[in-house]
Amino acid sequence: MSATIRVDLQQIADMVEPGGRALDVGCGDGALLAYLATFKRVDARGMELSQAGVNACVAGGLSVVQGDADTDLRDYPDDAFDYVILSQTLQATREPRAVLQQMLRVGKRAIVSFPNFAHWQVRLRLVFGGRMPETASLPYKWYDTPNIHLCSIDDFRALCRDMGVRIERAIVLDSKSRPIHLPPLLANLFGEQAVFMLRRD
Amino acid sequence: MLDDLTDAERKALAQCRHAILGRERPLRLDCGVDLGPYRIAYQTYGTLNADKSNAVLICHALTGDQFVADRQPVTGKPGWWETLIGPGKILDPARYFIICTNVLGGCMGSTGPLAHDPGPGPGAGQPWNLRFPVVTIGDMVRAQAALIDHLGIAQLFCVIGGSMGGMQVLEWAASHPKRVFAAVPVATAARHSAQNIAFHEVGRQAIMADPDWKGGDYRLHDTAPARGLAVARMTAHITYLSEQALQRKFGRALQDRNAVGFGFDADFQVESYLRHQGSTFVDRFDANSYLYITRAMDYFDLAAAHGGVLAKAFTGTPTRFCLMSFTSDWLFPTRESRAVVHALNAAAANVSFVEIESDKGHDAFLLDEPEMFRTLSGFLQGAASARGLGTFRGEAA
Repeated sequence: MSATIRVDLQQIADMVEPGGRALDVGCGDGALLAYLATFKRVDARGMELSQAGVNACVAGGLSVVQGDADTDLRDYPDDAFDYVILSQTLQATREPRAVLQQMLRVGKRAIVSFPNFAHWQVRLRLVFGGRMPETASLPYKWYDTPNIHLCSIDDFRALCRDMGVRIERAIVLDSKSRPIHLPPLLANLFGEQAVFMLRRD
Repeated sequence: MLDDLTDAERKALAQCRHAILGRERPLRLDCGVDLGPYRIAYQTYGTLNADKSNAVLICHALTGDQFVADRQPVTGKPGWWETLIGPGKILDPARYFIICTNVLGGCMGSTGPLAHDPGPGPGAGQPWNLRFPVVTIGDMVRAQAALIDHLGIAQLFCVIGGSMGGMQVLEWAASHPKRVFAAVPVATAARHSAQNIAFHEVGRQAIMADPDWKGGDYRLHDTAPARGLAVARMTAHITYLSEQALQRKFGRALQDRNAVGFGFDADFQVESYLRHQGSTFVDRFDANSYLYITRAMDYFDLAAAHGGVLAKAFTGTPTRFCLMSFTSDWLFPTRESRAVVHALNAAAANVSFVEIESDKGHDAFLLDEPEMFRTLSGFLQGAASARGLGTFRGEAA
């Protein structure tokens, strides 16, 4: 088991207190799950849409089921987990708001990371290039992107306010997934992605 | 209890172990009858470790038996799950103590309709035949649990089984959660569907329509309902395959002829194949046992026993689960496994679920399916390290 994971996943892992229960929704190949289980003694479970991803996770000894964030979170009981994690997947869900609500029902806390659609490169490409932006964190063509609900950091904050959700932590990351510390207006311009830890209010 | 055995039972019991259970405390069956004493025939592979933590129970399917990984004494064929169990395989006897029992109601040495009524009562000393009480999956598991008690094992490391074996796994996990560290129900369901009950009924009617069945008392008349049982097997066998697999294997190919014969011989290879499946089956399986075991599957409905809510069968379960289904299995389709997964999620259980791409139908779980082996191997390694069974041979820590 590797002690190194993608830097943005590391940011999420660092928010998780050791020894609890976590559900990683859209866990991919299980890198974060394996890290949490091994280095944080977390009872880590996963949900993944792609069958290939699920099979790889289970073959690696991880507890993962095939499932869809939009439809399958509702199977879980209230407060089943200390953390429900959604990394780089919120923008691909059909109903992001409902998914967040489910996450905060199933988990005591939700940790969400997403690409910032208000990053200066995105703005430049759209405003001056006149084309749908393609960047390192948004590498898809407009016609085959899984990202159907992109938002900016400020959009996300607004949604949290609207939902009455408390933001316990917010980390804004630069293009190398390093945290940057800027006032909100600038963070929304220079942050390439963001990681939020939320809690029901 | 060992007299008047069939040839098959005699051969089976000569090659496996058995225990006479229920002498002091009979088995209270779901139908209300107290059964005892009764015999459970079982096979083991490997050695139970000092802290008795490495026991794996394999549960066989409808027509399976305890010879999961060695030569079947009647047919001479390899064990039905030798792909999985054996030296160097995923379930290595060098690491695990592997147990497989012939189910209650079976015909390979465990007590079933072939046995004699131990009494007291008017039938004492007579063969049970159709007077044998109808048993359920729950009864089968209670008998297995009694054997596990008899072997002095408090907790099984893992219970694994496919099809009806998977039903037993689910029943084990639901009724003995603390005794099952890990559970692997494969290609199964928490309840038998209407379609599956319907197919079983066709099979049973074929047996009972055979004049040699004699109301179940064929042994007293020195006959056997071989034609009826063969037809039951032929019908069932179709449900174990997929349309694609049948088409790929046989198509419309003719059997030993260049043109159709304008008669009712087995013109087509698929007919010849099914007839062969039917005729070889009757040599190794008892017709009454087939009635009882299919009935047990029909009666299985895990949610019904928990107020109609499947999740309640698993409330607070400490067991870790790994479910597998196959894309072309129409007898126990993926949605049945998914229903169990949903229930386990609702109980916040530790569950993994993999659907495996295969065109081999329900039978896929018995075949060489690398993805199934990979999944099972990963799951078992994770569970073994959680159980403190440590690493084994060349495995990475």
